[in-house]
Amino acid sequence: MDLLTPDLGLLFWQVVVFLGLFLILRAFAWKPITESLNERENNIQSALDLAEKTRLEMTALKADNEKLLAQARSEREAILRGAKETADKMMAETREKASAEGQRILEQARESMQNERLALVAQMKKEVVTLSLDIAEKVLRKELSDKASQEKLVTDLVSNSRLN
Amino acid sequence: MMRSAINRILLATALILSSLVGAQAQEHAHEGEAHANHEGEAKATNGKFDVGGMIMHHIKDDHGWEFAHGVTLPLPVILYSKDRGLEVFSSSNLAHEATYNGYKNVHGKIHRVNEAGEVDHEAKVYNFSITKNVASLLLSAVILLLVFSAVSRGYAKNKGKAPSGIQSLLEPIILFVRDEIAKPSIGPKYTKYLPYLLTLFFFILVNNLLGLLPGAANLTGNITVTLVLAVITFLIVTFSGNKHYWLHILKPTGVPVALLPIMIPVEIVGVFMKPLSLMIRLFANITAGHIIILSLLGLIFMANNMGGMGTSVAISPVVLFFTLFLNLIELLVAFLQAFIFTLLTAMYIGSAVEDHHDADHGIGYEGTPSELG
Repeated sequence: MDLLTPDLGLLFWQVVVFLGLFLILRAFAWKPITESLNERENNIQSALDLAEKTRLEMTALKADNEKLLAQARSEREAILRGAKETADKMMAETREKASAEGQRILEQARESMQNERLALVAQMKKEVVTLSLDIAEKVLRKELSDKASQEKLVTDLVSNSRLN
Repeated sequence: MMRSAINRILLATALILSSLVGAQAQEHAHEGEAHANHEGEAKATNGKFDVGGMIMHHIKDDHGWEFAHGVTLPLPVILYSKDRGLEVFSSSNLAHEATYNGYKNVHGKIHRVNEAGEVDHEAKVYNFSITKNVASLLLSAVILLLVFSAVSRGYAKNKGKAPSGIQSLLEPIILFVRDEIAKPSIGPKYTKYLPYLLTLFFFILVNNLLGLLPGAANLTGNITVTLVLAVITFLIVTFSGNKHYWLHILKPTGVPVALLPIMIPVEIVGVFMKPLSLMIRLFANITAGHIIILSLLGLIFMANNMGGMGTSVAISPVVLFFTLFLNLIELLVAFLQAFIFTLLTAMYIGSAVEDHHDADHGIGYEGTPSELG
């Protein structure tokens, strides 16, 4: 068995064993191993892709949220402004109405006061007339008895019943 | 973490190997003597140790697996001859130059002998014996099958989970072969050739490492083994070759017509030179490593031959230091040669299957500037 000459027996066994080993390992080791490795790599890749996609979606969502928030804020402001305006308007209206009502009541009061006064004056006038008639009657009666006392009486009566 | 684990294992292996070196030396001392006696190879006589004989005995194939002097595992001898058919018997029958059944083991080769005890060179005997190398080959096949069936089971068990155990030890190597050897060298068609490259890599690696064990066979340093591997690579390359590959051999692009009579033979020789270089590279590297380590250890016994016991004891520490160093280098070489053989195979396959779209088509080439670059 020399160093540099191939040996037939070993050649035979080497071919048989190596090819057998190759076929067995290919079927039962390399195929499942490489398939598992590829599968795992694909899984990792898809997980990374998914994470990236989710991140982008989150960013978009956040932007959306901010937009919504800004919209809500501006809406709120608009509503508040509107409410304030309405309230102001209502208050102004109420004030106006109240002052108008006050005016009206005042007017009414004045009017009724006026009427009352007129009625009072009329009453007074009527009383004065009655009184005058009574006086006149009394005077007339006294005049019949005493002339001086009649005159004194008239003067007193007149001075006592000063009108106005 | 994985890397440190691998480092630790490698270191442990190296330490175990180097601690066994001393024992190996002892063993070979006796072996050498034994062969000086019964193989007739040794020139040294009167008890002198024959280093050359010891080395050659170690690196060559043998009937029977001698682990240490006197501890020989007999292996089956399987012979086929036209006149006597198939014959199977134990190699122990042929030990010590004995003649058995008309056969005799002369210098490790089994010859038919005639009744007078002379070697009959006329008779053609085909020897399919399970020799030391074949036994080692079968052992490595069993190891590979056990290891990779375990790895494969690991992938079935840890589906969708992190690898564990031996699976995580070998996964980086499998990925290395796939991502650093197959993919860049072959390109997108690598999947078809990956099983062969993986088998090749691990076969060479396991046998290189087995060869470093004391008393082990020198399988990857055997020219028959490397020949078979190189021929398989050659056949794969040749049968995978597309029209660009063959066209490149018959009409190398960018070569002046006047040079073609030189270039075509060069290209044709190159086709055969590639596997030939693969064959010789692996054989020579592994054999040389074994020879160097054994020569260094042989120095101790040569010192004993020349200066007696004292000299050999005196130089032993130095020799052991160098042997330790070389064993570590051999460990590196075991990985390196497996890598180189696989890488070159992948590159040869790559050159045979690649689609030619490079810029050396000359003036008529119409391509985008990026392709030209």
